[in-house]
Amino acid sequence: MSGLAAGIRLAHYDQRVCILERHYTIGGLNSFYRMNGRNYDVGLHAVTNYTPAGAKKGPLARLLRQLRFRWEDLELAPQRGSAIAFPGVRLRFNNEIELLRSEIAKAFPGQKNNFESLLRQLVDYDDLTQENFGGSARQFLSGIITDPLLVEMLLCPLMWYGNAREDDMDFGQFCIMFRSIYLEGFARPFKGVRLILKHLVKRYRALGGELKLRSGVARIQVDGDRAVGVVLDDGQELVAKRVLSSAGIIETLRLCEDTSTPEVARAGQLSFIESISILDQQPSDMGFPETIVFYNDCPQFHWRKPTSELCDTRTGVICSPNNYLYPAELGNLDDGVIRLTTIANHDLWNTLDDAEYRRQKMRWYDRSVASAVRFIPDFRCHTIDTDVFTPKTIRRFTCHDNGAVYGAPEKKLDGTTHLKNLFVCGTDQGFVGIVGAIVSGISMANMHCLREPN
Amino acid sequence: MTPADIRNEVVDILSDIAPDEDLSGLDDGKPFREQIELDSMDFLDIVMELRKRHRVQIPEEDYGQLASMASTVAYLEPKMRDL
Ligand SMILES: Cc1cc2nc3c(=O)[nH]c(=O)nc-3n(C[C@H](O)[C@H](O)[C@H](O)COP(=O)(O)OP(=O)(O)OC[C@H]3O[C@@H](n4cnc5c(N)ncnc54)[C@H](O)[C@@H]3O)c2cc1C
Repeated sequence: MSGLAAGIRLAHYDQRVCILERHYTIGGLNSFYRMNGRNYDVGLHAVTNYTPAGAKKGPLARLLRQLRFRWEDLELAPQRGSAIAFPGVRLRFNNEIELLRSEIAKAFPGQKNNFESLLRQLVDYDDLTQENFGGSARQFLSGIITDPLLVEMLLCPLMWYGNAREDDMDFGQFCIMFRSIYLEGFARPFKGVRLILKHLVKRYRALGGELKLRSGVARIQVDGDRAVGVVLDDGQELVAKRVLSSAGIIETLRLCEDTSTPEVARAGQLSFIESISILDQQPSDMGFPETIVFYNDCPQFHWRKPTSELCDTRTGVICSPNNYLYPAELGNLDDGVIRLTTIANHDLWNTLDDAEYRRQKMRWYDRSVASAVRFIPDFRCHTIDTDVFTPKTIRRFTCHDNGAVYGAPEKKLDGTTHLKNLFVCGTDQGFVGIVGAIVSGISMANMHCLREPN
Repeated sequence: MTPADIRNEVVDILSDIAPDEDLSGLDDGKPFREQIELDSMDFLDIVMELRKRHRVQIPEEDYGQLASMASTVAYLEPKMRDL
């Protein structure tokens, strides 16, 4: 996603660009596939950072302007409404901060003013720098919100949708995610992620950009302090004036001829299993009208890789792509769909042999769904088809170490590396999610590849 | 290009960058920033579009000259006169 966005910017300004993708299809962490006659998205729960047509501020508006897309092109339908569910407390929120505000006032009357104070102290996207980005989000939040349960509840969706670090979150990442989820919001194109990808690829190609699938980069060739080209898996060599990589910071450094010691310890640890349940009816017809529910079954939110078991089902995200406000003429998706994300351990999944892997997929599907139906109506008797993918799948299709969905904990906001003309974009530059990845590709292309004449 | 042509060209670029903006009432003497929602990335795009469309090079230290329509046209006039 970030690579395509960067490619569009560069091709638009007449640079010769070649995007190299190892996989046989596009999309990376947010691709799509077809199985048993049905279309599936790998990732898409929600496009975050939703702002309505005509909005001029925020990442979505910036992305549209920079890529010369019209707001209508993305066909974004806003969410119906989501919730954060902890034992005994449920906070609803939607794309207007008013709802969350009133829910907090009801459930945590003593925190009403503190929440207002929190809103005032959030740093804006453009004011985040490498200097103020670090620091503990928990500490910051606890300094303002004095009820620990509300702290946990507010953090839960933000960590789920964009925190590469275990337990705590960088202050900067917290501000980004808070804005993108609570102050902006969720939306989805009726046709899912393929619509967004199709637009990106079509535009990129129309501008003369070259896209090579099944073309993994095996090595980045280095001469002194510069990258001079890449060698593909099949031995083909390409020379390049600049190299922009969305493979991840550690993964990219490992490709460089001059850095042989990969620092796996610095790679991200958080990976997931994602299950997709196809239902025989619309989720709203069985009493589940909400778009996304972030649940946690105890007062303390645990955001860390499980170590003794394959998954940790205490917390999860339940999403129904049916529960968006699609235009009436489109109706709704043919099938009822419930997606469920659960934290998982990449290494443990990776050690299983084939038969055991398949068995454990079924086992953890059952266990994670059993955990989720404590927070939404039990949909199990309506399920007609399922698919599950694991950290192993994520790693295989994206090459990210540990199948880490949000990349490495240490972000590289300015995108620079030890080589003068090699830059990182996407997840490890600091912006995650679909909108984040696209904005990252745009800003890294602008900053490092467009400033000086060709 | 005459100053009027240059102005038209800049309006065209602006409408490309910010298609939702109504540029008909633009006050040439006032900074763009006060009238249309442009961030630093959009400013870079004005420079980039001029380079792409007319091969006009604008060094980074001159970006300040592009604050308003009047100053932009005045700055570009010697560079675009012979186009
Ligand atoms: C299950 C799941 C659910 C998600 N849900 C959402 C959601 O609802 N909303 C949202 O906004 N975001 C979601 N995301 C996150 C979002 O998909 C990512 O943040 C975003 O796609 C990252 O884009 P990227 O460009 O940074 O990286 P990637 O998508 O990882 O792209 C990197 C690409 O580089 C390729 N590559 C790697 N190494 C090489 C190499 N050596 N040679 C050639 N190619 C290589 C990979 O194959 C990949 O295609 C989800 C992710 C997952 C996994």
